[in-house]
Amino acid sequence: MALLEIDNIHTYYGNIHALKGISLNIEKGEIVTLIGANGAGKTTTLRTISGLLKPREGTVKLNGEDLAQYKAHEVVYKGISMVPEGRGVFARLTVTENLEMGAYSRSDKAEIQRNMERVFTLFPRLKERRTQVAGTLSGGEQQMVATGRALMASPSILLMDEPSMGLAPVLVELIFDIIQQINKEGTTILLVEQNALMALGIASRGYVLQTGQIVLSDSAENLKKNPTVQKAYLGME
Amino acid sequence: MSTQNRFDWLKAVQLGAIAGITGILISLVGMLQQFDSRDIIAGSLSMGWTMLFLTVIVASYFSAAHQPSKLLSIAASFVTGLVFGFVMCLLTYAVDTFDLRQTLVNASPALVKILTFEDGVPTGLVELVVTVTIAGVVGGVIYILPQRIRKAVSLGLTVMVFLGLMQQIIQVTLSNFPQVNSATAWMFGRGTQKGLSFNGAIVVFLVVTLSNLFWESNATKVNSQIQKMPENRQRSLRILGYGLLLLVVLYLPVLLGLYLTEVVNVTGLFILMGLGLNIVVGFAGLLDLGYVAFYAIGAYTVGVLTSVSGQLSTAFEWNFWWALPVCIFVCVMAGIVLGIPVLNMRGDYLAIVTLGFGEIIRILALSDFLKPHIGGSQGIVSIPPPDFFGVLLNKPQTLYYLIVAGCLLALFVSQRLRDSRLGRSWKAMREDEDVAQAMGINLVATKLLAFATGAAFSGLSGTILAIKLGTIYPHSFALLISINVLSLIIVGGMGSIPGVFIGGLLLAGLPELLREFSEYRLLIYGALLVVMMQVRPEGFWPEETHKREFHENEQVPTQEAA
Repeated sequence: MALLEIDNIHTYYGNIHALKGISLNIEKGEIVTLIGANGAGKTTTLRTISGLLKPREGTVKLNGEDLAQYKAHEVVYKGISMVPEGRGVFARLTVTENLEMGAYSRSDKAEIQRNMERVFTLFPRLKERRTQVAGTLSGGEQQMVATGRALMASPSILLMDEPSMGLAPVLVELIFDIIQQINKEGTTILLVEQNALMALGIASRGYVLQTGQIVLSDSAENLKKNPTVQKAYLGME
Repeated sequence: MSTQNRFDWLKAVQLGAIAGITGILISLVGMLQQFDSRDIIAGSLSMGWTMLFLTVIVASYFSAAHQPSKLLSIAASFVTGLVFGFVMCLLTYAVDTFDLRQTLVNASPALVKILTFEDGVPTGLVELVVTVTIAGVVGGVIYILPQRIRKAVSLGLTVMVFLGLMQQIIQVTLSNFPQVNSATAWMFGRGTQKGLSFNGAIVVFLVVTLSNLFWESNATKVNSQIQKMPENRQRSLRILGYGLLLLVVLYLPVLLGLYLTEVVNVTGLFILMGLGLNIVVGFAGLLDLGYVAFYAIGAYTVGVLTSVSGQLSTAFEWNFWWALPVCIFVCVMAGIVLGIPVLNMRGDYLAIVTLGFGEIIRILALSDFLKPHIGGSQGIVSIPPPDFFGVLLNKPQTLYYLIVAGCLLALFVSQRLRDSRLGRSWKAMREDEDVAQAMGINLVATKLLAFATGAAFSGLSGTILAIKLGTIYPHSFALLISINVLSLIIVGGMGSIPGVFIGGLLLAGLPELLREFSEYRLLIYGALLVVMMQVRPEGFWPEETHKREFHENEQVPTQEAA
């Protein structure tokens, strides 16, 4: 049984049919990437998984349990944590306060402390800046805050929405290294990216999303070789 | 600030022109004339002129701040003052030469008289220009003073102006204490225009400035002395401090007398509401423009439950102390009921809908439909003052204690909530609702709790208002109250608890003290808000992190990890 099973979900924004029957599976310990152009439905898929949007049809199952019965704020208690698009740090709270908010769903003080240490080990930069207001951090540091905050909930699966967006190439590499490290420490990752090359570089499998539908799914290696993918997403002729 | 090493002509002239336009406005709306009837310093400085001087001093201060060197700063302040004087001259000349009174009522000979020091056009104009240019240079001089002295001098001037402004109230209050009669007689002026006496003004200025300087240079020493003390000594010192403060608070009505206590009471009611709205807007980020609704609901509930007028269809005639918890409960419920429909709204939409709610409540109170129950436009009369262990709370001095108790309760609750789990979820929700939800925060419960807590404080304020006045009318609950409370939060600093007190004193207390000029209240309000947003967007006493957000680049950027 896959850790996360998504079966034929249809999600709407009002009357707009955004996801037209998406199915995907993520096994425990994998990094899976979802690539696609603007407006393909990548973010919508993540928002549906995390319960912020409710699908009209189809199911999202975590460990075989249907998530439809849970409200948006309850999903995180089940082990799904999100790093939102555009980072979404709490701009007027300090770095530490942001991280504490990430642990809102956790009540074990020792566990929170452990997670905090872990985040500071992953991102020593955040330890230096922990009393600083998050809104005044650089883009890369904000991405670190958002990632660290999501890890504070001890998730079994981490949903990452475009972590490379607006970052300098050197920072993108740093963030992707850390994603791999997080994964090695046992967290399953669903990575949504426009930067397909980088994403396919660290993922084991990938799905290609186009106008609300999955048009391709394969191992990352094969996708990188796929001529359609190369042409549309990797910028190769 | 200008990085070039050149004299910034443009800025100096521009600021002078801006000050000039302000001066024209002050003159033509009639403020100058009305304020001229009062003196800050008897016989030498009228309130109207104080306003003009303040305008030019502030403008030339900023003009000086744009220049690269001290000498150029003075030159710039001179230019700014001169431009201001020139503009005012033009105005005076125009008013004197042409008859503009058909359209501009205040463009009268009286205005010319004030602006030319009663010396008529040619001579007076020269005096005008010279005087305001000197004032401009004063602004520049203040700028080039070392920061410590500048702060002390500004404080001294402010206190001096404030005392002059409040002369009447202070003197009436102090007349209860015959021991200080001769001192007050010496300090304040005589005659109709009053204000401080010339000597009094100088003494006030010197005392405030010097004591501030003294304090500033010794504050760190005193603080480190206290830091060095053993822990239990520190604690007892702190307790002593709080004890003294409490004593002052308890003794205040006796000290202040009837009128000032009433002012404090009005301020207190606004602070109580402010503390509530601070939770809704400041902590939770829900822009509520219909906050007055809960004030009205609190007041009306206590009116219906305790009124002994016999004019309402149902006469409960309860004791106030029984009615009070019911009122709070009703307000909490109203907060939740009004909160439910707006759960999915954000920002501007929320503001507009809550604005509507506020009006609905007021119009319901006015309506004939509910007239038998809540009195319609006649309101509810004969709300008896409550009895507190034999003391009738029917005059400002006794009501004061009820209001202080309410404020202290609200203060305590706000402070505890701010640092609680709920407080943190409010702040997270304020920053980003979606992310907050993804972190596991129940938005519905969190929002409703914010509305309910805010409503409870506002309702408490309303109940006290009802017993304070003894009668309530729908028109006491106008939109302006919501706006007022919101402004006081903005001026104090969004989400800051001490800020609410500062805002309350500035926007509720001060206007109450200056009632004779209430015509210009909204004009000054508007100006104050615009200036605030430009100069100090985080408010007078901001929340710690909020301040850092605006002034991050002014501090050391990285703290080394401990």
